[in-house]
Amino acid sequence: MSTVTTTTPGPALTGTNLDTVLLAVDRPQRPGAVSTSLTLAWRAALKMKNSAVEQLFDVLMMPVVFLLIFTYLFGGAFAGSVDNYLQFFLPGVLVMAAVMQTLATGHTVSVDIAKGIFDRFRTMPFWQPASLVGTMLADLGRYLVTLVLTAGLGLLLGFRPGAGVSGMVLAILVILAFSFAFAWIFTTLGLITKSPDSIQTQSMLLMAVVFCSNIFVDSATMPAWIRAIVDINPISHLSTAVRGLLHGTVTAGQLGLVGLSTGLLLAIFAPLTMFLYNKKKSG
Amino acid sequence: MSSGLAIESDGLVKQFGETTAVDGIDLRVPSGSVYGVLGPNGAGKTTTIRMLSTLLRPDAGTARVFGHDVVRETETVRGLVSLTGQFASVDEGLTGHQNLVLLSRLLGYPRAAAKKRASDLLEAFDLAEAGGRLAKTYSGGMRRRLDIAASVLSAPKLIFLDEPTTGLDPRSRNQVWDTVRAMVARGTSVLLTTQYLEEADQLADRIAVIDHGRVIAEGSPAELKASVGAGAVQIRLLDAAQREQAERVLSGALGVPVRPASDPTRLSASASDPSRVGEALTALAAAGIGIAAFTLGQPSLDEVFLTLTGRPAENTTVTEEDAA
Repeated sequence: MSTVTTTTPGPALTGTNLDTVLLAVDRPQRPGAVSTSLTLAWRAALKMKNSAVEQLFDVLMMPVVFLLIFTYLFGGAFAGSVDNYLQFFLPGVLVMAAVMQTLATGHTVSVDIAKGIFDRFRTMPFWQPASLVGTMLADLGRYLVTLVLTAGLGLLLGFRPGAGVSGMVLAILVILAFSFAFAWIFTTLGLITKSPDSIQTQSMLLMAVVFCSNIFVDSATMPAWIRAIVDINPISHLSTAVRGLLHGTVTAGQLGLVGLSTGLLLAIFAPLTMFLYNKKKSG
Repeated sequence: MSSGLAIESDGLVKQFGETTAVDGIDLRVPSGSVYGVLGPNGAGKTTTIRMLSTLLRPDAGTARVFGHDVVRETETVRGLVSLTGQFASVDEGLTGHQNLVLLSRLLGYPRAAAKKRASDLLEAFDLAEAGGRLAKTYSGGMRRRLDIAASVLSAPKLIFLDEPTTGLDPRSRNQVWDTVRAMVARGTSVLLTTQYLEEADQLADRIAVIDHGRVIAEGSPAELKASVGAGAVQIRLLDAAQREQAERVLSGALGVPVRPASDPTRLSASASDPSRVGEALTALAAAGIGIAAFTLGQPSLDEVFLTLTGRPAENTTVTEEDAA
């Protein structure tokens, strides 16, 4: 019949195991949004574990370099003494460290969803945003590592938070919440832009936004027009609130502003990301 | 299980910009069977199954899977089907076992049950030993089997396999075929696309031949082959100089015109009457013509296409792969 008949058949399938799987009657309940997101966060964490060393290098390089350069080279000029500047700058560098990491989150998500496994996720009847939320939750772990290690280095160099441990814990939680919301900007951009080069441009833009804040210096020292920009930058609001939390001077208004921008970022960019994600599916 | 239709589509259309990838496809796929969709690259096979599996929204036409509309009842359809794409849809950064645990968990299985299910399937698909290795270290065949195992996890009623054996060696291909047969034996319906008539012939109960986004023939493998002719005789001669003589002897014995191939030692002819093939072989030997190889094969996809469309199968590359 056929031109070539291969004589090496594959090993027979183990029928009983296939039966257990195929004939199982106990079809489980569709999992909830939370458990699906956590399962997908577990996936992202497993993948992160495979490149733990590079990851650690990535999250630490920038904050450490900035902390050392700004504190020791510019600190004296900016604030009269290195020690004074460290008290002002460390909260800012924490904000910067986490916010810069959100760029990588956006990149990871956009590279990830081009992979074949997402075709499968999309045909499965679970809460679809979990595919992205999972990765973003796992990345909170990366932000946390950056924050803890950078804060630790700050303490070694002589940073003394007035509000003690509880202030530090609260500050970290506020930064994590804001960064989770902020990361949706980059998942949106990651879905719009195709070229991997655009990450360079995004990185430059983000850097500009970070510099146009009060992370490095108080906006009171700036000309009025740039001060106006700096004072409406949500990153300024966050670093003001974090300074307040660490030194025990935080006001409800400062926290309210951060809460507001966190909520707004989520409300705009999370649905936008999901819209683009779903559109990509039916492209 | 064996009654009713697994898939019923009417006038499915999908366009990508100027290109019409699928141009009005009607399918009736009986439940509990293997249905083959045969066609060259770019014929619209992948686009069709992406629409049927809810990954793409049709521009026109309707499709129902076990009676559920793929556009209006997406969630229900997703609970019934599972798709194994042309490019392995497994997570290469996870191990085989982790892949299956992940997908089981996403289906709602509790941790322990998910692990058990993953191990059972790895065993069943002959991947137990490789279960702890990252999927990116797997061979093509192993990856495809892991992919199909992942599709089976949800115990779907219908599985779409998009070119399940393209690029696999014969051994892996046979394993995939065994897998498909085992699934069908347990009541699962399968729709597979393929470029190989042999594969469709081996596995499918019915076949639709697609070209330029349209079904150009439909039927059982036997019906389809009968419409094309019994098959072809291919002969390779020991000595190219004897080709003209061989051509005369062969056409006399077979009663059909013989086509010289581009290789100067090769000849081929259609064998509408297999009983005369033996006589032809004897006649060649009697004439003292040395033969290096002699095969009687079924018509290739090219020949099916030639007969059905009057032109050879061409691999038009349509944007469907880019869109995937």
